[in-house]
Amino acid sequence: MSDPREVTTESRPVRIALITAAVAVLLLFLLLPLFAVFAEALRRGWEVFMASLTEEAALSAIKLTLLAAAVSVPLNTLFGLSAAWLVTRFRFKGRALLISLIDLPFAVSPVIAGLVWVMIFGSKGWLPPATLEHLLAPFATVASAAAESENFGGLFEGLAAWLKDPKFIFSTPGIIIATVFITFPFVARELIPLMEAQGADQEEAAVTLGAGGWRIFWRVTLPNIKWGLLYGVLLCNARAMGEFGAVSVVSGHIRGKTNTLPLHIEVLYNEYQFSAAFACATLLALLALVTLGLKSVLERISGHAAAGKH
Amino acid sequence: MKPFLITTALAAALLALPSCKKSAKSAASASGGAELSLLNVSYDPTREFYTEVNEAFRKQWVAEKGGSLEIKQSHGGSGKQARAVIDGLEADVVTLALAGDIDVLHKELQLLPADWQAKLPQNSSPYTSTIVFVVRKGNPKAIKDWADLVKDGVQVITPNPKTSGGARWNYLAAWAWADKQFAKDEAKVLDYMTRLFKNVPVLDTGARGSTTTFAQRKIGDVFLSWENEAYLIEKEFPGETEIVYPSISILAEPPVAVVEKNTAKHGTTEVATAYLKYLYTPEAQKLAGKHFYRPRDKDIAGQFIDKLPLLPMVTIDSDFGGWAKAQKTHFDDGGTFDRIYQKK
Repeated sequence: MSDPREVTTESRPVRIALITAAVAVLLLFLLLPLFAVFAEALRRGWEVFMASLTEEAALSAIKLTLLAAAVSVPLNTLFGLSAAWLVTRFRFKGRALLISLIDLPFAVSPVIAGLVWVMIFGSKGWLPPATLEHLLAPFATVASAAAESENFGGLFEGLAAWLKDPKFIFSTPGIIIATVFITFPFVARELIPLMEAQGADQEEAAVTLGAGGWRIFWRVTLPNIKWGLLYGVLLCNARAMGEFGAVSVVSGHIRGKTNTLPLHIEVLYNEYQFSAAFACATLLALLALVTLGLKSVLERISGHAAAGKH
Repeated sequence: MKPFLITTALAAALLALPSCKKSAKSAASASGGAELSLLNVSYDPTREFYTEVNEAFRKQWVAEKGGSLEIKQSHGGSGKQARAVIDGLEADVVTLALAGDIDVLHKELQLLPADWQAKLPQNSSPYTSTIVFVVRKGNPKAIKDWADLVKDGVQVITPNPKTSGGARWNYLAAWAWADKQFAKDEAKVLDYMTRLFKNVPVLDTGARGSTTTFAQRKIGDVFLSWENEAYLIEKEFPGETEIVYPSISILAEPPVAVVEKNTAKHGTTEVATAYLKYLYTPEAQKLAGKHFYRPRDKDIAGQFIDKLPLLPMVTIDSDFGGWAKAQKTHFDDGGTFDRIYQKK
């Protein structure tokens, strides 16, 4: 038996040089920026740090970012699940096209992903606000009537007001739409290879045992993909909160109203408020760290789960 | 169990949305008067100034008329902001870097009348500014005037006149000096401009970008800057730069206007007009001076004469025949800027 270490044939100095180079790159490109964010954020003390996070414009940016994520993550989870189920469990015409379409938001530049919404919903676009108002007028009437009702009126008030003056770009709905579009593929992309690899054997077995569609989904499919699904949701959420390009195009940059956290950071930087900008950046950096932490936990659990089954 | 939980969570998330909107709306209805909201779409360097103006005007308006008033701001490159308003950013007032960027709002969508600039005093420019030189501390390259910018080994920082309003003022100020220096000999003026832009190592797209290039990345020996931006650099990077006033510069008139089509829709024409008129009051003029804009009010301008000294200035109307003509001659495709920059 030969010593297993003999597999590495390079001489010791070469190995040391290569490892040093790799570690240096890692430090320079990954750890240094992360350190810089926190150092710059805390450079002018804890009070300045906290004040920049609790200031009105920052709070509004945090709220808007959370709202965009709260809408896009559930929607895209639902969509990703359905899409993955469809393209991995059924064979049909146009399946390849559908898979390509799911990837579209990955393929186009975020600037384009924002500009298309301006082209569609802008004042000189295909569906300008005036046309939308006209098209949505019947719904606006219904919603206004609903808003008048005694019991659930409050629920419809916002909707009715929006339908009367429907705006997408340069307002919250536009930011949500852009975010949904950008984060569209994350869950589906995570699930498709997983479900493809798992195959339909267990589900087919369930069918032969007489289980119905929903029952198969909840009892067989979902337990098999749950870790992959969670991982997809996590990535989807990270991108929804961190997206800059597409959101920047449709935002209008109205302070305290249509700035998301990444946009607010840019504004602060341009105002020479470096500490405040980096204080807000720490929130995004923390989001990244939490995402990475959860990801490795998920990988460990799913690894154990897979190992336990065999 | 699990499906139930997930469905409930989803339903809760969806239901929460309309109620968010509602609570935001009913926040300001305490006093009897109208609840008003204004959106001021402006260019880059005005944020600090308008933050103070907004608060002062809001107090005065609410004291007089009751109700509530909220003034929102949006800032960016002047040309980019005009584009956003055309695309549907519903500005009640625009306060941009040059008249050309407000003209397009009329040309593209008739958002305001063609004669918008006659609606308020002094070409609708409540404050003015000019172009100055910012040099490194101690002025190591001894830059005193426009002639020094074309010397060998001097690096000049200016944004791109194609995309930046400030850069167009820079360009015309340099042109005005050369025009005088070479007694209107256009060949010599073009030669000067060519040599000037040979000394420009970085052409950023906007004024703030150039400021960062010069002040933070420490590139260049002299930065052609808005006067107010020059003082902002002194404030943000104390002891690192000096301001040099050249022998001649240009009177920059950043104009303001009510976007009448939008205010008619929002029911804010009255408050928007009052807001812009407020910019001409002594209070707002003082704030302008404080933020290193030149007040139009002569008495108040006098109070700031130490910081904002008088110097010979050409104007866009009398020396360049107005913005439309200057834009066509110098900055449109095939204009003088294209000619001198291609020679490089």
